[in-house]
Amino acid sequence: MLTANFLVGACLAYVALLFVVAFAAERMTAQGRGEWLTGPVIYTLSLSIYCTAWTFYGAVGYAVRSGLEFVTIYLGPTLVLIGWWAVLRKLVRVGRSQRITSIADLISSRYGKSTALGALVTILAVVATTPYIALQLQSVTLSFSVIAGSDSDDPGSISLIVAIGLAVFTIVFGTRNLDVNERHSGIVTAIALEAVVKLVALLAVGLYVVFALGGGPAGIFARIESSPIAEWQVSSGRWIGLTFLSAAAFLCLPRMFQVLVVENRDERHLATAAWAFPAYLLAMSLFVVPIAVVGLGLPGAGDNPDLFVLTVPLSQGEGGLAMLSFLGGFSSATSMVIVAAIALATMMSNHIVVPLWLRSGPQRAMMSGDVRRVVLMARRFSIIGVLALGYLYYRVSGGGAALAAIGLISFVGIVQILPALMGAIFWRGGTRTGAGIGLGLGFALWAWTLFLPSFGAGGILPAGVVAEGPWGIGWLRPEALFGLEGLDPVLHALLWSLLANVAGFVAGSLVSFPAPMERMQGAAMVNVFRSGAALSSWQPSRVDSEDLLIMVQRILGPSEAQAMFQAEAARQGKQGYLPDATPGFVERLEKELSGSVGATTAHAMIAQLTEGSVVSVEELMRVGEETAQIMEYSARLEAQSDELSRTARQLRDANAKLTALSIQKDAFLSQISHELRTPMTSIRSFAEILRDGDGLAPRERARFSGIIHDEAARLTRLLDDLLDLSVLESGQVTLHPASERLDRILDRAVAAAGVEGALRIRRRGAEHVHLVTDPDRLAQVFINIVANARKYAEATTPELTISVRQEGGAVLVDFIDNGDGIPAEAQSLIFEKFSRADNTEAAGGAGLGLAICREIMARLGGSIDYLPGQGGAAFRVRVPLRMAPPRAEAAE
Amino acid sequence: MGDTRTVLLVEDEPNIIEAVRFILTRGGFHVATHSDGADAAEAVRVRRPDLVILDVMLPNRSGFDILEDLRGGDDPAAVPILMLTARGQTREREMALRLGATQFMTKPFSNAEMLEAVRALCAAPQGDAP
Repeated sequence: MLTANFLVGACLAYVALLFVVAFAAERMTAQGRGEWLTGPVIYTLSLSIYCTAWTFYGAVGYAVRSGLEFVTIYLGPTLVLIGWWAVLRKLVRVGRSQRITSIADLISSRYGKSTALGALVTILAVVATTPYIALQLQSVTLSFSVIAGSDSDDPGSISLIVAIGLAVFTIVFGTRNLDVNERHSGIVTAIALEAVVKLVALLAVGLYVVFALGGGPAGIFARIESSPIAEWQVSSGRWIGLTFLSAAAFLCLPRMFQVLVVENRDERHLATAAWAFPAYLLAMSLFVVPIAVVGLGLPGAGDNPDLFVLTVPLSQGEGGLAMLSFLGGFSSATSMVIVAAIALATMMSNHIVVPLWLRSGPQRAMMSGDVRRVVLMARRFSIIGVLALGYLYYRVSGGGAALAAIGLISFVGIVQILPALMGAIFWRGGTRTGAGIGLGLGFALWAWTLFLPSFGAGGILPAGVVAEGPWGIGWLRPEALFGLEGLDPVLHALLWSLLANVAGFVAGSLVSFPAPMERMQGAAMVNVFRSGAALSSWQPSRVDSEDLLIMVQRILGPSEAQAMFQAEAARQGKQGYLPDATPGFVERLEKELSGSVGATTAHAMIAQLTEGSVVSVEELMRVGEETAQIMEYSARLEAQSDELSRTARQLRDANAKLTALSIQKDAFLSQISHELRTPMTSIRSFAEILRDGDGLAPRERARFSGIIHDEAARLTRLLDDLLDLSVLESGQVTLHPASERLDRILDRAVAAAGVEGALRIRRRGAEHVHLVTDPDRLAQVFINIVANARKYAEATTPELTISVRQEGGAVLVDFIDNGDGIPAEAQSLIFEKFSRADNTEAAGGAGLGLAICREIMARLGGSIDYLPGQGGAAFRVRVPLRMAPPRAEAAE
Repeated sequence: MGDTRTVLLVEDEPNIIEAVRFILTRGGFHVATHSDGADAAEAVRVRRPDLVILDVMLPNRSGFDILEDLRGGDDPAAVPILMLTARGQTREREMALRLGATQFMTKPFSNAEMLEAVRALCAAPQGDAP
């Protein structure tokens, strides 16, 4: 038998070890040493606070009472961790980006930094956790008295000592400083150690049971087969319900939120925990059934299966193993209580005490005195309060109820946070009103259907109310609401409370209108992966940065605050400690402060300084409008710049075209001027001679008159040609297609050219071709070519050969004279306007003839080209057999 | 005014040649003509006229080139040159004067104007007239 004194000594030594470990770990992290202390292993082990004394001792009792059902308690968290990518990752990301300090902080922060909501969640958490803490105290007391035997002191005093010890430990390591990130490396490391202790203890007991008492695995299996545990029928409804319940509780329990989200240092740790923590749970549950089976068969193990882990080795005289087992249970209880107390104390101080204190007087944030001290004191008293509540509950409830039952009751209570929590990170439509209604309804129904009846008929609720319903209203009976009878009380409560909770949340959210702050926070959390940077919320201006510094100094401490302000000032390019209180800086400050005092408090404090404590819809809309305007403006700028460069290019092109056209036009006008002035010079000169000349011979007179006439005719021709060309070039010429034989057109052209006698013409080839074309225009081309031949063919007996042949859908008419031809360098120019093949003044034309021919042929769908290498000048006219019908619109 | 002054008309339009020749001959000048731009400068040097009337638009060589050629010679100021052009743009007038033309006249001209200009240019100090 181990004496009570020895046990107390062992406990004290163990606690002293925890102190040392926590202290050393804190030192090492502060000095940046011991990376493994902030690594995934410690993170995973710290999650083991899920396994409380209820799990350590109670699982065996659970197995005795309900068979394999206890597995559901492990199954839920396993599912959550395996599916970490879906929920946990987002929760952690939100927690880190928003500097969330607790689950109440998250709910409050998401729904518009609502103080009321934060307080509601805090109260709910305290009410639901207090029995759980009581449970831990009870387990320590029970296990103590079992080992120390009946010679122990009053069990109540043991639990009191334990409660006080835990309060001291928690206060020392949980509230020593206001950490910026609300992380406690010392406590987390101590918890990790406790996780190892309880695992080792349970495994040791399990192995002892299997190999020393059960006759090895085979023997144990045989025992299980024959024990009543194997016959236990698991109801699938209860199975699913409990799995869901434990999964939800894993996310919602304040202490789990603390280690999962708040103490998380690196999102990647989740990936390790995703497999490592389920493995831990598996190891923890491996020997539950063997211990239960063996315990049932051992007469010395006593009649309380909840203590088999302890009583089985004890009954065999294995004092050392029992001691280890006791320490395992002690570890389970203390680690849970410590973290739960920290989490609850943070929530109580941030969401109840400090807001009340701030409200108790105007401009409290500016009052002299250290806010840090207020916050820390609030937290310390909160820890004491939480443990005191747990102790009171334990004393009041008498500690008689089965441990597992209290665990599940607590779970159902805390799970009421789930709808608001999921809504917070997945549904932007969720509002403060909805969350408040849902939480309130769920909380009330949980209390009515499960929590209050758990004190037993006649405890808090009179027995009559439980049996008949209040005032005899049957459908309000706590354990058969709306006449739903025959269901397991836990499932019954879970069903009704969550149903009402979700319905209230959704309906309340749909009918209510979210405040601006809710919209901003909702967007920031739901879209946390989309926007890498934190939401840039907007603060009213008119903040005095000196006031800010005073306040921040009082929360973060002077040196840290001054460093922050100095860095910001330097970033803004200013000297000294007072940067401009830009919205971005105020925003960052609020985040920093959130880490110390919670989002609600930080917001309230900043808001007191920034005058308007509420961001009005108008302000928000103005911000939104500005952003939209800036975005629109930049989009417009971009479009404009594209358009500008496009326009510039078009302008450049147009300018180049215009320049080219202008040069052409100048050259053309210059040519026209020359072509017009030349005949006019002769006309004017001879006209003056005739006018003034009295002594002119009649022969001279006739000759001069003739010259005037010829030059006038030349002018007329020139103008005709110019007009013709301009009509052709502008595409406004009207063609008159008709069917005509080529030989007839040629006949007409040769006759009209008036070359008879001056030029001999030979005609070859099949000229009897039927053409559909504009015969007059084609004849005009032929006339031009024939006339040119007469003018330019310098031969003693000028000859022109016209040969015709068909090729494809066209007829080729070649005109070849026996002159000198056109020099190669001039061949490319002859079709240009005002170009004349040579210098002969005899030409009598303005050099427009071939230009006109080219235009006409283009309109007729054919072409005219110079044929080099034919002896004399040679032109080839290609005429399509059928010209395309004239197009409706002008070409070019 | 003992002997007849000689005017060399460099021009390619036959009717204009005939008109100018008629006017100047009746005014007491001797008129020689040349129609090709290519050897016009050479013709000027050979014939040594008292005045050159030079058309701008000539076959084979531009009147401006001929002018430049003549003025770039040993005795640039020796022969007065009257430029004739049918284009009549100020740009051409400026170019002609810059290149050393004595006077510039746009077609069509009045006969009196032509005669007067020729007389004025021929009466100008000739230096070593024989």
